[in-house]
Amino acid sequence: MQPLSAPKRPDPTVPKADPAPSRWSYRLHRLWLTPVFRKLVHVGAPFTAALVVGTVYLSDEARRESIVLAIADLREEIHTRPEFMVNLMAVDGAGEGVNEDIREIVPVDFPISSFDLDLEQIRSDIIGLSAVKEASVRIRNGGILQIDVLERQPVALWRSDETLDLVDREGVRLGPVEARTARGDLPLIAGAGAEARIDEALKLFAAAAPLSSRMRGLVRMGERRWDLVLDRGQRIMLPEDGPVQALERVIALSAAQDMLARDLVAVDMRLAQRPTIRMNAEAVESWWKIREISVGNN
Amino acid sequence: MIELYESQRAMRNLRKAAMQRGVVAILDVGSSKIACLVLRFDGADPAGGEVGSLAGQAGFRVIGAATTRSRGVRFGEIDVMGETERAIRTAVQAAQKMAQVRVDHVIACFSGAEPRSYGLAGEVDLEGTVVTEQDVSRVLSACDVPDYGAGREVLHAQPVNFALDHRSGLSDPRGHMGARLAADMHMVTIEAAAVQNLAHCVRRCDLELAGIASSAYVSGVSALVEDEQELGAACIDMGGGATGLSIFMRKHMIYSDAVRMGGDHVTNDISMGLQVPLTVAERIKTFYGGVVATGMDDREMIDLEGDTGDWEHDRRSVSRAELIGIMRPRVEEILEEVRARLDAAGFEHLPSQQIVLTGGGSQIPGLDGLASKILGQQVRLGRPLRVHGLPQAATGPGFASAVGMCLFAAHPQDEWWDFEIPVDRYPARSLRRAVKWFKDNW
Repeated sequence: MQPLSAPKRPDPTVPKADPAPSRWSYRLHRLWLTPVFRKLVHVGAPFTAALVVGTVYLSDEARRESIVLAIADLREEIHTRPEFMVNLMAVDGAGEGVNEDIREIVPVDFPISSFDLDLEQIRSDIIGLSAVKEASVRIRNGGILQIDVLERQPVALWRSDETLDLVDREGVRLGPVEARTARGDLPLIAGAGAEARIDEALKLFAAAAPLSSRMRGLVRMGERRWDLVLDRGQRIMLPEDGPVQALERVIALSAAQDMLARDLVAVDMRLAQRPTIRMNAEAVESWWKIREISVGNN
Repeated sequence: MIELYESQRAMRNLRKAAMQRGVVAILDVGSSKIACLVLRFDGADPAGGEVGSLAGQAGFRVIGAATTRSRGVRFGEIDVMGETERAIRTAVQAAQKMAQVRVDHVIACFSGAEPRSYGLAGEVDLEGTVVTEQDVSRVLSACDVPDYGAGREVLHAQPVNFALDHRSGLSDPRGHMGARLAADMHMVTIEAAAVQNLAHCVRRCDLELAGIASSAYVSGVSALVEDEQELGAACIDMGGGATGLSIFMRKHMIYSDAVRMGGDHVTNDISMGLQVPLTVAERIKTFYGGVVATGMDDREMIDLEGDTGDWEHDRRSVSRAELIGIMRPRVEEILEEVRARLDAAGFEHLPSQQIVLTGGGSQIPGLDGLASKILGQQVRLGRPLRVHGLPQAATGPGFASAVGMCLFAAHPQDEWWDFEIPVDRYPARSLRRAVKWFKDNW
């Protein structure tokens, strides 16, 4: 719809209004164009106003309390949302005993908020267990505290003065065993400093496989060399260097001459050039008797 | 002359300060409009001696421009202080708004206040064999200043020529060998009251006056092309209330004068002759005005609409020929008067007699034909040259003096007071000043 009357044209004879600014508006305009003033208004004034309002508002003790309380409430509310709650703990990769140990040393009362769990602390606690080699702790979907554990594998029994312990390949004690027969499959070692050389001991055990039916264990002597102990109180004293070769030599001798079946106390291999055997006192006497007889005969 | 040195030097220092801040305003106080341009100077010191690229126009940029109807200015002089102050305020505020920057320093020009032009000559013997700066200032101060009357003030005093022994036409005699140095100087004086009024108005607007110039001179700077300035030409700036004329030769102004008649008088004649208000007369002049009537103009009727309520009076119309018949005698009178001033200045003895018409009044159609009959054959219409950032609306001939002021602000001509005061004028005064300082402080 168009209006029927023509739009009003500006009267060309009347000059366009060109009013002069008043003195004050002119001054204010100039002031406004001053950079320092502009910055003051744009930055300084809001900052000051905010500071003053904030200071006045916070100067009241009750208001401060209520703000702190409100923040704490909000925090609590967010923490206890079901999305952040952890309800149970799952331990994977641990045996029965270790599992129980872990549950014992991780003192968490479920359900708990995941914000309150210090996973790093839990992990270091678990790693502190001697039976645990590695552990990873995370919170899985569904509010589960997932603990993955890599256990240490016992490779030997280590007998010290009173106790009989399981030892892993790195020489870490894993826990006591009541009797030697409980873990008959593991070799037995003893002596101070033995746990530091488990590797060497295992090699020796491997080399001594032909003697396994008679073997009792390995004893670390003076923290520098090994003695292989057999039944009937026999010992094979191995040197510091190349104990495996020395042992193989003994086994070869034994196989050839049936040496170990005789009435020996010890086979001394400490000096490679001069292997020595020590006989039982009775064996020596009977040997002497036999010699006398045979000498008398001669 | 010492007072003159000091006031002009103070203005020069203000100009330098403004250049350092980078922003300066140009104010053209005319009788029909007041124009304000805001210039931003960038780069190195433009007054560093050598003329830069683009003849020195590259050093600045117009960042704000505003123009307003002039109030309270008649014949190029301030008539009503309050009104003028308000008009200046309007223009400056609008220009500042466009530039988004505050200006504190203003260089102003105006056309009235009866400029008078003097040629001065001085001669000294050199102290050494080589002309030094000190010698130049000595020869300038040796110029015998005529008695230009009480209540007048020197506006420009520019050395235009140096002669060393028998060689003349040196523009820079420093370093030349010789014995006797002579100088020619061109001096323009105006009424001191006009300058003081302008300074007062500017100060009332919280601005500082960093320089003043004659509008005839600055419009010549912008409207004449370089070879015209070099070979000799006259620039006629036809303004609203006054018509300024300046003669240039070898890139220096050598004569300046003003006729106290302009476009407002033409408007007045139309208003009286056709019995219409001034605003209608101004509109008719700008839309239908001319100075050469043809047969077609008899048939072109102009409606004179009025608002008096008298039907007969409000429905009149005149032919364009009648309008031209009113305008032409007045324009002729102005040009005749200019002719008389040019004759008095000896313009016909100049090697080149180019005449350039500029200013708002030069836009009357057919003016160049009429002017060539009265002033001589070589007449052209001049527009100001282009400067960076000048709005399209401010490129017309009416802005010749405003644009010329931009060039003047960027590259002022060496004036008398730019040279050191000669040594022999120092001692008594400075000793007295030192004593006064001690007295004041201890």
